Amino acid sequence: MSENPAAPALELPAAERTGENVMVLNMGPQHPATHGVLRLVVELDGEVIVSVRPEVGYLHTGIEKTCEAKFYQQVVPLTDRINYLDPLSNNLCYCLAVEKLLGLEIPERAQWIRVLLTELSRLNSHLIWLGTHAMDIGALTVFLYTFREREEILRLFEAVAGQRMMTSYFRIGGLSMEPPLDWLDRVQAFITTFPEKIDEYSNLLTGNPIFMNRLKGVGYLSASDAIAFGVTGPPLRASGVDIDLRRDMPYSGYEKFQFKVPTSTVGDTWARYEVRLVEMRESTKIVQQALDGMPGGPVKADAPKIVLPDREKMKTEMEALIHHFKIVTEGFSVPAGEVYQGIECGHGQMGYYVVSDGTSKPYRVHMRYPSFATLQAVETMCKGRLIADLVAVIGSIDIVLGEIDR
Amino acid sequence: MTSQTPTISGKQAVLDALPDHPAIQALLTWNPEAFIDAKFDFGELTLTIAPTEIRAACSAVQAAGYNFFEDMTAVDWFPASPRFQLSYHILSHAFKERIRLRVLLDESEPIVDSITPVWSGANFFEREVFDLFGIHFAGHPGLRRIMLPDDWQGHPLRKDYPVEGYR
Repeated sequence: MSENPAAPALELPAAERTGENVMVLNMGPQHPATHGVLRLVVELDGEVIVSVRPEVGYLHTGIEKTCEAKFYQQVVPLTDRINYLDPLSNNLCYCLAVEKLLGLEIPERAQWIRVLLTELSRLNSHLIWLGTHAMDIGALTVFLYTFREREEILRLFEAVAGQRMMTSYFRIGGLSMEPPLDWLDRVQAFITTFPEKIDEYSNLLTGNPIFMNRLKGVGYLSASDAIAFGVTGPPLRASGVDIDLRRDMPYSGYEKFQFKVPTSTVGDTWARYEVRLVEMRESTKIVQQALDGMPGGPVKADAPKIVLPDREKMKTEMEALIHHFKIVTEGFSVPAGEVYQGIECGHGQMGYYVVSDGTSKPYRVHMRYPSFATLQAVETMCKGRLIADLVAVIGSIDIVLGEIDR
Repeated sequence: MTSQTPTISGKQAVLDALPDHPAIQALLTWNPEAFIDAKFDFGELTLTIAPTEIRAACSAVQAAGYNFFEDMTAVDWFPASPRFQLSYHILSHAFKERIRLRVLLDESEPIVDSITPVWSGANFFEREVFDLFGIHFAGHPGLRRIMLPDDWQGHPLRKDYPVEGYR
């Protein structure tokens, strides 16, 4: 493991930090660089950070409690609201967990479209990270470029789900419906040009001396600290731990795709930037593979008591109408048991822990979201550094407050 | 189109089915008496630990290669007894596998040792359980409410707390 590249640069001698001149500064909850309503209570000695205490909960809406009062299928739209920048990963993780409880097998086409869409969703998440992170550092232009591509991704989401952000397109047992006819061609058109766009961002930032100076050697996190704090996703891989659930514990057919998992051993904010840029290129490859090998067939599992029938059938067949009525009014019962399903979303490892007592409403749903754990590492990354670095660090861990507070 | 992995329940049955499992081996060499029960269900291994021994059990599985604390939460089985269940999800980067450690707590004494000395990342997770379930963690560095205001009454994720709150 490499040494902290910039530790001595700003470390004050211990004798100078007596604590007499410590000032407490409230950063947030309404602060543009905190990416939402995060409040950081920062103790400063001059401009040097002595301690950082995150205060969260401003967005707490009790989603876990709400889930207990809903039918299993009614929980899907709630999951979008948690990590609103990566909506389809939320849907996927919840659906996979319930499908595991039900023992439901998903048709291959549905699995591949799920992979395709979660990768687009990861691109969406990374594009917002890149735009806002660069903006925090002072490079305003990149934001306009990344939102240009994000707009196209949101149009693709809208075409399949009817919604730009709160998609709820994945359902327990498959997808809500077959994508529109020209949709795969639209994805192809987008993904063909996308690698050039990544080059464009890279041209704006990678050689930019201001951006490099603000990021290199800042916010160092060692691999052992990252593991101790439960840090996952790009920050963990940037600290040299080679783990990606898509490759190591595959779900939804990820074992059929070839992609590299970028890592770095440097462990600073610059390494996190580089890892995410490569991840965007790899996601592009996964989407391309999904388009090339897209299998035919149905997009919903053959389980009429769980999956809503097609509209056409519901209006013409008695049995389908009964099933439709039963599912909507009574839900479907799920065998008793507990499952934990982890997936790799844009920010790191997401996990849904679903406990069933055999009825049609979940007994307990708990969500593990990456930002919640990663936030604990902020103090370690910032201690003894300048306050301006705090902004770079928060940007680099790609924080979403909706998923911290739930 | 359904397929279900077989359920193996009971400590002895799981020991017979998975004799070489590293986590089970580690717990048996550590303290076979504090390792109360085991279940293999939906392809996931659940190991029940005596409430007083959870911190040592975490150290034991950590030494056996289950190096990453992923998640912890509670389930309220009201009105059953013991009322609370704590579920710890521990991931192994080496074996690419996850285990669940489970602790059952009685309502009269909802307190358990904090595992923050083993994984400091459990800090926020334990605060969340304290906040929403009212379970205490002995040895936690700063056990305060995390989601709700400090003067909040009650613990919303308990089953006897109404969904709409008290009116």
